[in-house]
Amino acid sequence: MRVLKRSAASPPEGPAGPDQAGTDREGRLERARSRVGSVKGRLARRRAAAVAWRARLPDLTGPVARAWHRLPRWSQWLVRLGIIVLAVLAPADWVGQIMAPASDWKTLLFYPIGIFVLLAVGLNVVVGQAGILDLGYVAFFAIGGYTMALLGVNVGLDFWIILPTAVALCAVSGLVLGTPALRLRGDYLAIVTLGFGEIIRISATNASWTGGPRGIAGIPHPPDIGNLNAFTYGVLDPTPYYYLVLALIVVVIFVARRLERSRVGRAWAAIREDEDAAALMGVPTFRFKLWAFAIGGSIGGGAGVMFSAKNIAITPDNFPLLLSILVLSAVVLGGSGNLPGVILGAFLVAWLPERFRGLADYRVLIFGAALVIMMIFRPEGLLPSRRRRSSLRTGTGAGAAPTAVVEQEEKT
Amino acid sequence: MKGPQTGIVLIGVLLLCALAAMGASATTAFLLERVAYRPLRRRTTSRLAALISAIGASFFIQEVFALRYGRDILPFPRIMNKTVLFHIGSGEVRTDKVLVVLAAIVMMILLDRFVGTSRLGRGIRATAQDPEMAVLMGVNIDRVIVLTFILGGLMAGVAALLFGTFFEVTQYNIGFLLGIKAFTAAVLGGIGNLRGALIGGFALGLIESYGASIFGAQWKDVIAFVVLVLVLLVRPTGLLGEQLARSRI
Repeated sequence: MRVLKRSAASPPEGPAGPDQAGTDREGRLERARSRVGSVKGRLARRRAAAVAWRARLPDLTGPVARAWHRLPRWSQWLVRLGIIVLAVLAPADWVGQIMAPASDWKTLLFYPIGIFVLLAVGLNVVVGQAGILDLGYVAFFAIGGYTMALLGVNVGLDFWIILPTAVALCAVSGLVLGTPALRLRGDYLAIVTLGFGEIIRISATNASWTGGPRGIAGIPHPPDIGNLNAFTYGVLDPTPYYYLVLALIVVVIFVARRLERSRVGRAWAAIREDEDAAALMGVPTFRFKLWAFAIGGSIGGGAGVMFSAKNIAITPDNFPLLLSILVLSAVVLGGSGNLPGVILGAFLVAWLPERFRGLADYRVLIFGAALVIMMIFRPEGLLPSRRRRSSLRTGTGAGAAPTAVVEQEEKT
Repeated sequence: MKGPQTGIVLIGVLLLCALAAMGASATTAFLLERVAYRPLRRRTTSRLAALISAIGASFFIQEVFALRYGRDILPFPRIMNKTVLFHIGSGEVRTDKVLVVLAAIVMMILLDRFVGTSRLGRGIRATAQDPEMAVLMGVNIDRVIVLTFILGGLMAGVAALLFGTFFEVTQYNIGFLLGIKAFTAAVLGGIGNLRGALIGGFALGLIESYGASIFGAQWKDVIAFVVLVLVLLVRPTGLLGEQLARSRI
């Protein structure tokens, strides 16, 4: 500001001799240059300090990620299989003793944990991959939930018919809501998506065919598969529902992974990093953003179907704005754009408040403080994607100059 | 307080309350910037991280008040007598409504003049347009940003006092919905455009009121958001347009 004022206050060049004016101008130019130089130096020093500060933090996830990528494919599949086996064994009583002594662990595994993971993987497509800030993701969860409830109660359709129907309906809803919204950017997009979440919820509260504020009751359970306990969908045992949501999660992760590495995924990455540049390189940005919105939405719809099939009754209060915020913070907390990170984030956001029920009143307080602290110390999330980490820590490549770090930091 | 005051005493009480509210809000805003924003700005420019940090801070502050004062709706003392001055049609014009409207107009004019003409205002606009360039031009953006937060806190303090005077209730999370409404109004008018925010707030209020009387009070938020979407379809940067050089994110 000081410079601004001085240059504005200096009198215009008077009719002084050419020599004098020349030296004067050069002198001033010199002074201005040194001043800009010192400011630039200060900026660079501060950034370098930030980068050094960052490098000082122990990077625990990096070596694990590197080791993982060195593993041969078959052992990667073995590890994945092992994780699924662990997830299948999770509803054991002794696990519950450790993980959630104060509440019913099996119920928690379905909701909030399973549903949150599903929602976070879906929202990650929108936020983490395509870089669209969606503050109203709960809208799709609600559409899925109400589709299950209405078709199940009024038409009497089967869960296995409603699930694909709701997924398709949510994809269409994504297209319908996305067409006006995705022409916007930044704050405008954020507030419009937030509005969608509220419009859906308030409409469900006010309309008579959705049961109003009392919602819909008597939603049918999925039909039993064979005679196994694990596939008998009753009222008391939540374990079969957990297996169902686990199966859905595995399918969705597989699809999301394939998408991420496809032409579509590369287009999303380009849009996320720089939308204008992507458009200039010939990426039809609007169409791909619409795809992301619709695909993310359909995953949210699937989660909604699962939720209402288990819960028998749903009300508009099951779909508050807070749920959108929680899922978004799970995605960012875990590491936006990286599937394992997102799943970890969703698990923590869903599980930690239940684990620390003893702290009762202080849970939200601690959660809020934890969000701030996490963003200060690790804004890229717990398990950041490799692309994002490398751009935050060391520049684009191994030999990138410190200035490249600065440039990259600006862009992310 | 013994009860509603009148005359000069009332003006004094109102000013005192306004000062106290502004002080409290500005201090909170200052601390918020120091704790939840500045450390973040040093390390990343990710807008998503800033958003999550803001949400976390908002949870934290709300919960502090919930733990200290409970989660119930609390009464707000009656500061002034609410006498009906005159009628327009069936609507009554009361002293407190006049106060709210007058105070809002005065504050908006002051803020508009301040951001439009003062040194700090110029710094604010420069920082909004291009932080990097602003630094090179000698703007101390850290100072500008913290002063902007304090300015926002001052305005919020006055708004809270007016809100309390009018509705005479308060609650630990009463600001959440108001914050979203304020954001909506700013977007409706065009982010970064003060006069746009004024028009946006005014339009949002009118839309909600007329929408509520036409379709029923329960639909007013839906109508407000639908109108927002329609406006942004035609004018993607709000009613008056964005006064920033580049669209952000």
